Amino acid sequence: MEKQIKEILQRYKSDKTRLMDILWDIQNLYGYISNEAVSELSAALNLSKFDIEETASFYHFFLLKTAGKHQIYLSNTVIAKMNGYDEVYKALEDEVGCSFNGVSDDGIFGLFDTNCIGLSDQEPAMMIDQVVFTRLTPEYAREIIEEIRSGKTPEEVINPNMIPKSSLAYVDNMVSTHIQRTGPVFFRQDRNYRALIMKMLGSYPEEVIGIVQNSSIRGRGGAGFPTGLKWKLCSETEVEQRYVICNADEGEPGTFKDRVILTRSPKDVFFGMISCAYSIGSCHGIVYLRAEYWYLKEYLEDQLEEMRHEGLLGDKILGQEFNFDIRIQMGAGAYVCGDETALLESCEGKRGAPRLKPPYPVQEGYLGKPTIINNVETFAAVSRIVAKGSDWYRALGTEESSGTRLLSVSGDCDYPGIYMIEWGITLNEVLRMVGAKDTQAVQVSGPSGECVDPWKDGERIFCYSDLSCNGSLMIFDNSRNMLEVVRDFIEFFVDESCGTCSPCRSGNVDLLHKINLIVDGKATQEDLDEIVSWGNIIKSTSRCGLGMTSPNPLLTTLEKFPRLYRRKLSKSTDVLKPSFDMHASTSVHENLHRRTQEETK
Amino acid sequence: MSITITIDNKEIKTDIGATLIDVAADNGIFIPRLCYMRGKPCLGTCRVCSVKVNGWMAASCTIPVQDGMIVEVDTSEVKDIQKALVETLFSEGTHNCPSCEKSGRCDLQAMGYETDMMVSRFPYRFTERNKENAANLIWLERDRCIFCQRCVNFIQDEETGQKIFSISGRGPSSRIEIDKELADKMNKKQARAASDICPVGCIIDKERGYDHAMGVRKYDITSIRERILKGEQ
Repeated sequence: MEKQIKEILQRYKSDKTRLMDILWDIQNLYGYISNEAVSELSAALNLSKFDIEETASFYHFFLLKTAGKHQIYLSNTVIAKMNGYDEVYKALEDEVGCSFNGVSDDGIFGLFDTNCIGLSDQEPAMMIDQVVFTRLTPEYAREIIEEIRSGKTPEEVINPNMIPKSSLAYVDNMVSTHIQRTGPVFFRQDRNYRALIMKMLGSYPEEVIGIVQNSSIRGRGGAGFPTGLKWKLCSETEVEQRYVICNADEGEPGTFKDRVILTRSPKDVFFGMISCAYSIGSCHGIVYLRAEYWYLKEYLEDQLEEMRHEGLLGDKILGQEFNFDIRIQMGAGAYVCGDETALLESCEGKRGAPRLKPPYPVQEGYLGKPTIINNVETFAAVSRIVAKGSDWYRALGTEESSGTRLLSVSGDCDYPGIYMIEWGITLNEVLRMVGAKDTQAVQVSGPSGECVDPWKDGERIFCYSDLSCNGSLMIFDNSRNMLEVVRDFIEFFVDESCGTCSPCRSGNVDLLHKINLIVDGKATQEDLDEIVSWGNIIKSTSRCGLGMTSPNPLLTTLEKFPRLYRRKLSKSTDVLKPSFDMHASTSVHENLHRRTQEETK
Repeated sequence: MSITITIDNKEIKTDIGATLIDVAADNGIFIPRLCYMRGKPCLGTCRVCSVKVNGWMAASCTIPVQDGMIVEVDTSEVKDIQKALVETLFSEGTHNCPSCEKSGRCDLQAMGYETDMMVSRFPYRFTERNKENAANLIWLERDRCIFCQRCVNFIQDEETGQKIFSISGRGPSSRIEIDKELADKMNKKQARAASDICPVGCIIDKERGYDHAMGVRKYDITSIRERILKGEQ
């Protein structure tokens, strides 16, 4: 066996549940995951070769064949497309010298596109290897390519002053964190974590859970499950080992708040995790970080190391009988891993296919043990609740939706970025705050959420019973073609469906076909009726949240903007359906016929 | 613990924790399914067994029964959704029953009949996926795979416990794979078991061709509905 692969395996004690890390280490070493490497892993991990490929081929960023020395992934979100994506796309093809999904002749570049990389406030943006370049223009994109072609690494291009990767300055040099509006909960500068953790350890675990429960905070990932109740259920399980996982797989297009929290206040998140671990009795924490945020990894590792150094993580935290440490688990490009059970599968080295529930993660989660999975924002908020008390937190927001929410605002507005809002604010107030003008539509909660019309919905309220926003807020003014936006979103879901259940795997392809007919002016009222009927079947029968929400872009725009669709319906009076393509339907037969004739000649 | 649930207004006494799809079958209520196999762990992939539970659609193979649960099976809405899910599998792959070796013992075909499907409401894609003929005893007709994952989960190499079948890629570009090395360690009986567990004509054991004439085929003799209600599958 090759020595280097052996070393990698040793690093993870040949534990097959660490397959994600092993595959990353191999790819980072060789540039891709070769057939030979798969064979060696297969023997060492007692997995069949195909079992390893089953995992590797699931994730967008794992390469099973060579794809150039450096891989370029241009973010193709709708927000990028509103900000010059097409020009950058062409410039890249031209400068790199190949089309997308290809490799340049000199073997230096592989050129791909990718779904939202969490930079919607500074699109167009691209990843090259593990760094990102933002606010691209065709000229800037060309310069970057030229520099890399002349021998520099992407790292050297973005970081010419060699700022250490473990520092905040390194991250700040690469991406901006536009915090437009702060407030009482997040981004506090003056926190003494040692004192805060000391104080928390002075309470009983049940008391900490009580504080979280009384604060009425609900999970900020999107589903809104009461956080305190989740912790309580987990603490009541009768086992030795429990796990705490922070979901930092922020994949919803348009969201970037978790990136900003992890950049500005990582220790809030870790303190939240420590509070959780203390409450439920856990020694092991994992931050599942999306691969699009590789550039945060060393910085976060360094922040963890600082906490270990101060005795806030590790064995006997602050001298007490409480051991807890956190490791970072990298994802590899799969939106579905934002689903908590898909994330668990991924953490265990498998395909990110959502599990069946029950059992719920609080009963059987990571490695079959009770597990708390909370979002980055939830843990950060909890760190403040534990310090300031539940009454303080409950005084913020509304009766049924306590506290605050971070919005990632992007699209057509003067000030894109992060806004802390208290629950209870109206859509109109938010639009005024962000400087949105001439707004046609607002996509609340990303593609999986709903598209609203400010004329009809302007006075609707951000709260769990109305606009229960998951953090993504994309704004489209009247110059935008919303049908193109919808098509983009449906394409996103086709791309990101894990394929485990049939309605989501197959149904979204049918919906994409329908929106294409509409955009091409070949749809009839019957097609619109079928979209509603089929969309509801997909929503009601899919296995996880992805399929349960994937028809939303079509269903919610059909409801709010029916005129956009009606205008595009075919006016044809032909007896054949306008979507019927005579040539495509007969070409197979005609080609066969021609071939037979030629052969008989 | 004995509890009572209601299926289609009929009160049924059963035990807490039993699986809804089994409870229904034991009480003479047929729910179509393609991935579920009684007695084996639930896969929950095909969703064809979706019914209404307390007002919400749910795959009945995934639902442990609870006291007071109200279930709807025999309603036009539920039946249409089940039919749509069967149809979606017909249009997604390429299923040509008259020329398929599995015809007459194919669960998908049988469920097509049971749900009164005439033609798929979804556009047929006539997907072409490469066949895989390399293993000695097994041939894989990928066009017909419905990704139920029965083979992935229930067929293993007897010596190492490793998977013989797996799925590569994701979403609509998922593909069923066979590990030739491990597959070639199977004997004929195991290969036949793999073929039999496949609910469609995707996994075919090579030395079995057209071994049953019309009229003596499995589901022609006893329908899939009768078999399920007898608890045979």
